[in-house]
Amino acid sequence: MVRVDGKSENSLVKVRGVDKVYRRGSEDIHVLQGLNLDVDAGDFVAFMGPSGSGKTTLLNLLGGLDLPTRGTITVAGDEITSMSGTKLTAWRARHVGFVFQMYNLIPVMTAFQNVELPLLLTNLSKAQRRSHVETALEVVGLSDRMNHSPNQLSGGQEQRVGIARAIVADPTFLLCDEPTGDLDRKSADEVLNLLDRLSKEFKKTILMVTHDPLAATRADVTLHMDKGVLIDGAREGAIA
Amino acid sequence: MKYSRILLANLFRKKIRTTLTIGSFAVALLLFGVLAAVRVAFSQGANSAGVDRLVVRNKTSIIQPLPLSYKNDILRLAGVKEVTYLNWFGGVYQDEKNFFPQMAIDVPTYRKVVPDVGVTDAEWKAFEDDRQAAIVGRSIADHYHFKVGDHIPIKGVIFQGAWEFNIAAIAKGDNAAGDILPFIFHEDYLEEKRTYGKGTVGWYVVRVENPDNSGKISQAIDAQFSNSPFETKSDTEKEFAASWGKQLGNIKLIIMTIGAVVFVTLLLVTGNTMATSIRERVRELAVLKALGYSDRFVLWLVLSEGLTIAVLGGILGLLLAIVVIPGMSKALAGLLPPLILLPSDTALGLAFALGAGVLSTLLPATSAMRLRVVDALRRV
Repeated sequence: MVRVDGKSENSLVKVRGVDKVYRRGSEDIHVLQGLNLDVDAGDFVAFMGPSGSGKTTLLNLLGGLDLPTRGTITVAGDEITSMSGTKLTAWRARHVGFVFQMYNLIPVMTAFQNVELPLLLTNLSKAQRRSHVETALEVVGLSDRMNHSPNQLSGGQEQRVGIARAIVADPTFLLCDEPTGDLDRKSADEVLNLLDRLSKEFKKTILMVTHDPLAATRADVTLHMDKGVLIDGAREGAIA
Repeated sequence: MKYSRILLANLFRKKIRTTLTIGSFAVALLLFGVLAAVRVAFSQGANSAGVDRLVVRNKTSIIQPLPLSYKNDILRLAGVKEVTYLNWFGGVYQDEKNFFPQMAIDVPTYRKVVPDVGVTDAEWKAFEDDRQAAIVGRSIADHYHFKVGDHIPIKGVIFQGAWEFNIAAIAKGDNAAGDILPFIFHEDYLEEKRTYGKGTVGWYVVRVENPDNSGKISQAIDAQFSNSPFETKSDTEKEFAASWGKQLGNIKLIIMTIGAVVFVTLLLVTGNTMATSIRERVRELAVLKALGYSDRFVLWLVLSEGLTIAVLGGILGLLLAIVVIPGMSKALAGLLPPLILLPSDTALGLAFALGAGVLSTLLPATSAMRLRVVDALRRV
């Protein structure tokens, strides 16, 4: 269940009264204003809206990459807005899987090595890491490309490696910032099928920012943002 | 160890750039090694100088002579044990480029003042018995292939004319003295053939009974000859040897200046390289942070890259120096004492490389550490 009225109690992600203000010269830019949001475990939520509406800022706040000017964010019982920088970094490693528009793979490392990066922060043995990476690459259908470097992969394949990297440590939720924004239709569909599968088959919680209406149709719920405010616009019920 | 893959991947991202940066460190450390060996060579004379010996020279300049009559005046002073004297000869062997130091010595007194010549009693006796005999240091003998019994022609530059010597011995002491000993021969032979300056000497070497009184005796000698046409300046032999080095300029200052310039240049080159490298992968570092890598890890990663380059370049440069210096030493035999790269200088060089690595990488590493993920990901 996704709500934007701040009245849910047991949701996985709880956003309460979040403001984000940037200062440009002497002017205050209010990017997010009094935002409330509740997302349950297993939800696949799409955020749509014009450029500058605050979608990516919201994603950054949910992922602990930035802090709100006001308000609180709680994920699985942890209030991330009160965490220190070091604690937040450790929390991110454990709970968040990022999927970026530009894939952001390390070009001098193979697909296997890129996917392994989050696991280097764990106490897993080399054999355990290998097993996890192979499983993740198998899920995204790239077992046969694990020793290829990013420049030997197509854009769609690179994004699938990016998704494998995001899921390999089994995070609490996935944050996808325009995951199909740099792909052709066919590759975009492959990536969306994969996200769909992760949601339905593996019960992953996914929050996705997109400009693509077709991508948004894959989500359980689509929320529209405008001028830093979430607008009730669910495709299917469940939103208060 | 599990993070070494990230380090290596970044190091070999631009192979040519990494190789050139390692190369710049190697060249700097090669230069450092050679300069350190030259510095050691210049200080060898000072290091082998006797603590109980004073050198008395003309106050105006070392090239101005002193009267031979001063010998007995000095000998009469309290605390003086023995006095000998030398004259700089300044000749060339066969060709102008074959220069090496030659000195005429007062044979009867020399060994009483300077016992560590590096020859046996029998060799010294053979030297004493032949008026045209000469003793030559090992490095000069090796360079010019002189052997005992050779008849050597030397062309006089200061004392014009053709001079002939018989090699009576090759000095090879168990300390550096044998190596750095120049070409010494009889003062009597010089006195007999010289056409000017008869009855004068280049400088005196005085052996004192108690080294603790060296200062007082120096003052007494200089006081004795003050206000005379040939005023003296007396120093310990160590100071005198060091002042010889200064005749060629302040070697230490030159070395320090070159070293400092190389160091600063190296800092700029490496700092710029690392800064460029960081700029090129701001997004990648931001992604690492987004994945959960800490600010401290990013600092460590960038510092490690700089340190790896510095250590590899430093070791390479010092190994090159170890290979090159013996060849240089051979080529410069006779002009300079043997060139030796001391273990302490090798360690200093490595520390220098490490310091340069840390200093040059600190700024880019700090800026990488402070990088805000959201800002970096926004950059194209």
